[in-house]
Amino acid sequence: MCRWSRSVAACVLAGGGLVAAPPVPVAAEVMQAAPPPSAATDDLSRLKRDLEALRQEYAGRIGAIESRIAALEGRPPEAAAPAPEAPAPAPALSPGAAAAGSKVFNPDIAAIGNFVGAAGQSPGGGEPSLNMQEAELSFQAVVDPYARADFFVTLGPDEVALEEGFITFPTLPGGFLTKVGKMRDAFGKVNAQHPHTLPWVDRPLVATNLTGGEDGLADAGISVARLIPNPWLFLEATGQVYQGNSEIFKAPTRSDLAYVGHLRAYQDLGESTNIDLGGSVAYGHNGVTDDTTTRLLGVDGTLRWKPLRRSIYTHFLARGEVTWSRWGEADATQSAVGGYGYLEYQFARRWTAGLRYDNSQRADAPWLRDTGGSFILTFKPSEFSLVRAQYRRTSFAENESPANELLFQFLFAIGAHSAHPF
Amino acid sequence: MRLLGIAALAVLAAAPPAGAAVNVVTSTEDLADLVRQVGGDRVKVETIARGYQDPHFVEAKPSFILKLAKADLLVAVGRELEIGWLPPLVQQSRNAKIQPGAEGYLDASLTAKILEIPTGQITRAMGDVHPLGNPHYWLDPGNGRRIAKAIADKLSRMVPTDAAYFAARYADFDRRLGEAEKRWDAMMAPYRGLKVVTYHRSWANFVDRFGLDVIGYVEPRPGIPPSPSHTITLMAEMRRQNVKILLVEPYFDLKTPQSIGRETGARVVVMPPSVGGEKEITDYVSLFDYDLDLLVDAIKETGAR
Repeated sequence: MCRWSRSVAACVLAGGGLVAAPPVPVAAEVMQAAPPPSAATDDLSRLKRDLEALRQEYAGRIGAIESRIAALEGRPPEAAAPAPEAPAPAPALSPGAAAAGSKVFNPDIAAIGNFVGAAGQSPGGGEPSLNMQEAELSFQAVVDPYARADFFVTLGPDEVALEEGFITFPTLPGGFLTKVGKMRDAFGKVNAQHPHTLPWVDRPLVATNLTGGEDGLADAGISVARLIPNPWLFLEATGQVYQGNSEIFKAPTRSDLAYVGHLRAYQDLGESTNIDLGGSVAYGHNGVTDDTTTRLLGVDGTLRWKPLRRSIYTHFLARGEVTWSRWGEADATQSAVGGYGYLEYQFARRWTAGLRYDNSQRADAPWLRDTGGSFILTFKPSEFSLVRAQYRRTSFAENESPANELLFQFLFAIGAHSAHPF
Repeated sequence: MRLLGIAALAVLAAAPPAGAAVNVVTSTEDLADLVRQVGGDRVKVETIARGYQDPHFVEAKPSFILKLAKADLLVAVGRELEIGWLPPLVQQSRNAKIQPGAEGYLDASLTAKILEIPTGQITRAMGDVHPLGNPHYWLDPGNGRRIAKAIADKLSRMVPTDAAYFAARYADFDRRLGEAEKRWDAMMAPYRGLKVVTYHRSWANFVDRFGLDVIGYVEPRPGIPPSPSHTITLMAEMRRQNVKILLVEPYFDLKTPQSIGRETGARVVVMPPSVGGEKEITDYVSLFDYDLDLLVDAIKETGAR
């Protein structure tokens, strides 16, 4: 449009110049068609005035149009802005545009279904035959330049719960990675994991007997984690303070907080192999009486092997975790210990097999010891779904004969779910 | 061109002695080399993914957190290639400089030519589809140049006193890449329009640049392992169109490609898509040298056309 306007002006000016110019050979033919100069001086000067008026009028109108276009495009008008090659498309200003724009700030939303089936005999019933154990909804987004937030809501067969919901400040001064909200405690490996990230259908016996089972240690509180600089390995210390309201800790008064400490050491042993060690402590009132407490101590170790050139086809993992519990009662303290050992091998792109051994006393009755073993086979059609079968043989302390069960699981995820910690 | 080189050398010679080098971490070795090309001795570069591993599936090991914790600049491929592993690492790095949106975070894809940006409704029924376009865009030398320019601009903003040094090194890289491109274009000129099959959609920008025609993929859909029915359809199509070249990234299993090769007479070419994919591939230019040599040899041997 602008170029068109300038070419009009240039045309008008050139025309005027041509008329006023002395006859030159190139212009001779044009000049022949025009009236003789001597007879048309008045006409010529009137024509020039008219042309000049016309030029100014067009220049004014074009200037106005340009500034209106500039205003529409949201930039200040320029005196001689170069013309766009093609007229810019009119901005879409449909009534829904503002709402559509605001949707880009919606959090990442995902839903994960966890369907568990069970067959075989188990004292006390065990898992239901067919059960939609839970659906997890996650909402995750950056809050502002300083923080992000993660919410995980679980919908069970008969309860809705906030599994986790916390804000994370990743870049506080001093390197303190701080989380505030409801979280799964950083006690060991298995306690911090959501059900859909576990390599088993169930949780190990030690989790059920000593650290609160499926819901586990999860509470409202504040977590601070810092890397400990050293020249040798990755070392991270985490300190957490909780309200004292979980499966294990029940604070009778406001001042009886629960505390968790975790130290993690990690070292690469080459590019394919690494070792990951952890130690955890937890302390808090257990609610048996006003001043009874529970202390937990845990150690965990993981050895991983995954060759980089074949990383999507094979890996091996060995993990062990041992937990000690000192459960305070009105007139005694019960000491119990339990643990599990787990081996996992991926033998094809979609197939993983695993073996787990369980052995655990019970926190409030350490004279009762349960043991068990499981064989697990997992098939992953894609990153977003899996089918798992687990044969589980458990010897419960009060039963003569072991329970033999077959568990199976369908896990499926839709939407955008952030990667889980390594 | 020669004048430019001389000017570059003059600037290099006149540059002040190196001060504190900029700590750069890149997600892949390709980006690491481009940072080295431009940054020279004013940068210290570390990388996360190795050139011979699948960049979609990298483990977010804590040792990478230590690298990121002391980085001044993080250069990522972007387009959600690293979605499964880079965000948790960056978050745990506790490093404000390299968080997305901060000055020390460079998404190398922002100035690159991106292909296969999906239009319309996309679902995971399409497999591991990248909603922001094909993230293997560094396999077009034109994009290598654009990435190098973006890195030079970023480094110049971070260390303005070294801006001339980075500009000169970029100009030198640009010149060498331009010369190499003439060589590569001459090599590939006889084979324009040659039909090939690839395992994954890693080569969109590569085939676009060098005029090859991908008629199918070993994966039925991106990220989904080969299925018998898809393989049979693919082999029939390869026979019909007389396709003799099958390109496979080094981190994929060769069983299906080799049986396709036996059945159709196609040559299976294991072609690294990244710097470091083979020992000989030490930098961005040698990546194309290596791959194009491999490709042209295979074309000549099979008589493909």
